[in-house]
Amino acid sequence: MTGASKSDCTDALEDLYRYLDGELTAERRARIAEHLEACGPCLSAFAFEQELKVVVSRCGETEVPAELRDRVAQAIAELGDRR
Amino acid sequence: MADQATFTDQAMPFMGPLYSTALRMTRNPADAEDLVQETFLKAYRAFASFQDGTNLRAWLFRILTNSYINRYRAQQRRPDETDIDDVEDLYLYRRLAGGDEQRVGRSAEDQLLEGISDDEVRDALEALPETFRLVVLLADVEGFSYKEIAEIAEIPIGTVMSRLHRGRKALQKRLFDYAMDNRLIDVGDVPPAVEVLDIRPTGTGA
Repeated sequence: MTGASKSDCTDALEDLYRYLDGELTAERRARIAEHLEACGPCLSAFAFEQELKVVVSRCGETEVPAELRDRVAQAIAELGDRR
Repeated sequence: MADQATFTDQAMPFMGPLYSTALRMTRNPADAEDLVQETFLKAYRAFASFQDGTNLRAWLFRILTNSYINRYRAQQRRPDETDIDDVEDLYLYRRLAGGDEQRVGRSAEDQLLEGISDDEVRDALEALPETFRLVVLLADVEGFSYKEIAEIAEIPIGTVMSRLHRGRKALQKRLFDYAMDNRLIDVGDVPPAVEVLDIRPTGTGA
């Protein structure tokens, strides 16, 4: 047994994304962290979502074509200094 | 005279994230390049009005988002939200995590995370309805806070959270379907769609 009550789990899962997104108060965050230490199923759900967030983050990035850098730099140069 | 050099020094380092977001939104390199160029030119013209000390990255993303909406508004359609509302929360995890906490070896979740290709995740992101796609990109790829996303997309924070929530669910559904179709996970590993996260007394089960 985990020592966690079902309502603790419901509350923690309700706040899962806000927790992973860093959008909770320090107090709420600490309460969830405490729950996760006591509750294996919630910890594993949080860990999975965290890992998935990393995978998504990595895949969203694409290198800028050098040609675009040159094009933008040139376009800005053509506009000249603005005051 | 310092104006152009200052802009170049401060703004150009953000071209990478702006281009990545533009590419995921337009799904087309030529359109993404045009959108980024437009963003930088607009930003340069407006740079005098930019307040030093405020968030330049968020300001640039706001210009990018506005430019995107202005260009593509004609093509915008309401996303089919009902499809997404039918998807349960934490869809992937609930589908993958068995009640078997003592299992040995790689779990279905690990198999999915390790087996899915970057291209497939990109395809899944790009398949999201665009209003959801934008907030998912801003939150999960760019790491903006809900408040910053609200300012960038000019929508209330509650709308940011709701779009993010639905966008993530839709993304997870697609990744799960892909993993099943491509046998990235053993079908036998996948429990029926039930509340697997409920705390149950040990020893109960099927």
